[in-house]
Amino acid sequence: MSITIFRARRILTMNPARPEATHVAVRDGRILGAGTLDELAGWGPYRVDDRFSEMVLMPGLVEGHSHASEGTFWRYLYLGRFDRTAPDGKVWSGLGSIDEIVDRLVEGERALATRDEPLAGWGLDPIYYGSRRIDRADFDRVSTTRPVGVMHASGHILNVNSRALELAGMLRPGINHPGVPLGKDGLPTGELKGPEAMTMVGGHVGFNREVLANDEPGLRRFARLCVRAGVTTATDLANLLPADAVAMMRRVTGEAGYPVRIVSLRRFQGLTAQGAIDAALALRPQSTDRLRLGAIKMFADGSIQGFSARLRWPGYFNGAPNGLWYTPPETVREVYTLALRNEVLVHTHTNGDEATEMALDCLEQALRAAPTPDHRFTLQHCQLADAAQFRRMRRLGMCANLFPNHHFYWGDQHYEMTVGPERAMRMNACATALAEGVPLAIHSDAPVTPLGPLFTAWCAANRVTASGRVLGTTERIGVPDALRTITLGAAWTLKLDGEVGSIECGKRADFAVLQDDPLEIGAANLKDVRVWGTVQDGRVFPAAEA
Amino acid sequence: MTAARPVTVIGGYLGAGKTTLVNRLLREADGRRLAVLVNDFGSLPIDRDLVVAAGGDTIDIAGGCVCCAYGSDLVEALQALGRRDGVDHVVLETSGVALPGLVANTLTLVPGYALAGIAVVADATLVRAQAADRYLADTIERQLAAADLVLLNKADRVGEALADTAAWLGARVPAAQVVTTQRCAVPADLVLATRPRPAGDGTLRTPGAVDAAGLYESFTLAPSGPVDLAGMGHRLAALPGVLRAKGFLRDRDGARRLLQVVPGQWEVTDAPPSAGDGLVVVARRGAADPTALQRWFQSGCPD
Repeated sequence: MSITIFRARRILTMNPARPEATHVAVRDGRILGAGTLDELAGWGPYRVDDRFSEMVLMPGLVEGHSHASEGTFWRYLYLGRFDRTAPDGKVWSGLGSIDEIVDRLVEGERALATRDEPLAGWGLDPIYYGSRRIDRADFDRVSTTRPVGVMHASGHILNVNSRALELAGMLRPGINHPGVPLGKDGLPTGELKGPEAMTMVGGHVGFNREVLANDEPGLRRFARLCVRAGVTTATDLANLLPADAVAMMRRVTGEAGYPVRIVSLRRFQGLTAQGAIDAALALRPQSTDRLRLGAIKMFADGSIQGFSARLRWPGYFNGAPNGLWYTPPETVREVYTLALRNEVLVHTHTNGDEATEMALDCLEQALRAAPTPDHRFTLQHCQLADAAQFRRMRRLGMCANLFPNHHFYWGDQHYEMTVGPERAMRMNACATALAEGVPLAIHSDAPVTPLGPLFTAWCAANRVTASGRVLGTTERIGVPDALRTITLGAAWTLKLDGEVGSIECGKRADFAVLQDDPLEIGAANLKDVRVWGTVQDGRVFPAAEA
Repeated sequence: MTAARPVTVIGGYLGAGKTTLVNRLLREADGRRLAVLVNDFGSLPIDRDLVVAAGGDTIDIAGGCVCCAYGSDLVEALQALGRRDGVDHVVLETSGVALPGLVANTLTLVPGYALAGIAVVADATLVRAQAADRYLADTIERQLAAADLVLLNKADRVGEALADTAAWLGARVPAAQVVTTQRCAVPADLVLATRPRPAGDGTLRTPGAVDAAGLYESFTLAPSGPVDLAGMGHRLAALPGVLRAKGFLRDRDGARRLLQVVPGQWEVTDAPPSAGDGLVVVARRGAADPTALQRWFQSGCPD
């Protein structure tokens, strides 16, 4: 029953009745209140904890769309274009050329014990190295005896060497697949696009499906990344959640030192609509304090940069044919209807605006069949939604979790190739969503882009691409709005806003502990706010020890 | 190395009758040991009386057949099936929104399989509405366009509209054989037949991929009078570069008949009364000269 009162330089509460404070009182992992020491002293005997006296506290950040596999990928060699912090705090420098990538692989290769052990890397983004495609000859420079494979940052493409193709039985003529470009010799170049082509070779280069599905060390590494990013609640947005994975996740997150609340959604795959509802209802009671289960994630379409997203007229800027439906409209409607009747939360991946329109049609029909207030159904990514669609979302109670990180990493591609200038300028229209009253969150989709809500907030506030192009100043949102989307906004989409997302009486004692004040530092520097660590359920987790 | 296993891809939108067709093929396997790959077991794809034993992702079926679910990972399922003995023919049922042409591409990734043909099931009561649906139109069109064989199913439920729907379908898929069915009642041999298909065919325009449609061209040959359909079929079937030809024409005796041609094979059958005139030819771009063919056509198809 002991009370701890944390003193801070400034506490940004997200509670409009008390937006700022200097002290927050915590008992049993929950917040008694925020205010002055005098105001809080009335709760009874207390101990003042001064360690944050020079820090700024925010509500613990909520990542509304990430995947715990971000922790898994760090078992492989990081080969991205931009600096990225590993779970152990080491900053891996970004690589500026294909030669630098090969050099790091060669270095990694030296550490391997046996001659034929696979070597795997991740985070590759060849668009930054000119128009030349990376091919197997590049990675044959690393080794011709061991399989070498490097996953692209998007997660949709794998580049391998000749040995890997050989082991997979693919170093042969006669392959005819859009995901497998062929060289002049009629053999695959080593670039493998899409899950099918990647599956052929993935196991041979160390990207084992089993490892990716149920990875205990990865779940621990993910937690360390969360602490470094100030995150106290994180989604694991598309997991098949087999029984052994659930048992592992319950055990690991239940350990006394596990610092994050994980919200894991059951991926809709290999199920009928009723089967999905049954699965969700069976998962829900297995929830624990730090593992929340029972919601469903559906996929309506693919990705914009992969040209598999469903776009409305006039389609792709470069004339590519429209993308693919991943789930038929009838099935989406059926799942929505049953989910509403059974009070199951559904989040749906829609990238293209036609997919968004389809999901809205389905929700409208489902709501007519099963009128349900406050369902919190959410469109994830929803990157191309226009103002009319946001107005419709508002009417139907649909939430949006937009993807501003895309502007930084792929905004130039969207401008030049996928959707063209006008739509690139209004993609991830955060300002329109807020203006139309749509409940809004923003996300990283880690490991696709790095976990870091403050970086995501910076992207939403600045809309700058990697090359420095600004994509639509009118869709920028201010710092206070951006901070709200990465706390209360994301919590709302998970039905956790009564529990986390603000610092006020009764809520969880979840704080992001910052060394810089995000309101003082300003929009342009928001990504540079230093994170000291977190407090989660009243437990203190310094990033330096994560 | 053993011969590649033939694979028949079964496509078509939700509810068209793919699962009915698969069950019929299993009942009429007639000693063929079929391995059926289905997208998932969620909706009980196999009639219960056919099931011998079920466990995990595999169902053993009477007559030595087997059924496996592949979920999101067709490649893995094909690899696993490759390690299994005693399979004569693979039947691959796609999901309702999958593009069977793309699924056929996937087969080329995994050693040991060869595409026998693509059969697409269309629901006679719905296919025209689906093909006009704001969300489904292009998916339905791409599914049908990949077909070697289209089963226009539920033919008994549309009454007199059947002829219209059949003609509409015939015009959409000039290169495919169209049969009308009730509850997918067709001989297994027709569905499982290996249909000649040049390397590289079967690809539709795919997201982010080279436009395969640019590799081919199609043109219509219009007759000025009756022609010798048998002689023309014989000639076109032997003409290099011609991949498909199909059309309703007046034969020598004045009767309207349907001519269907694939490389090395041709067939003349009775035509529905409402069918129009003209022969649609699909050929490798540049392989056949449409003008010369038209001249030859107009002059009564001399040898």
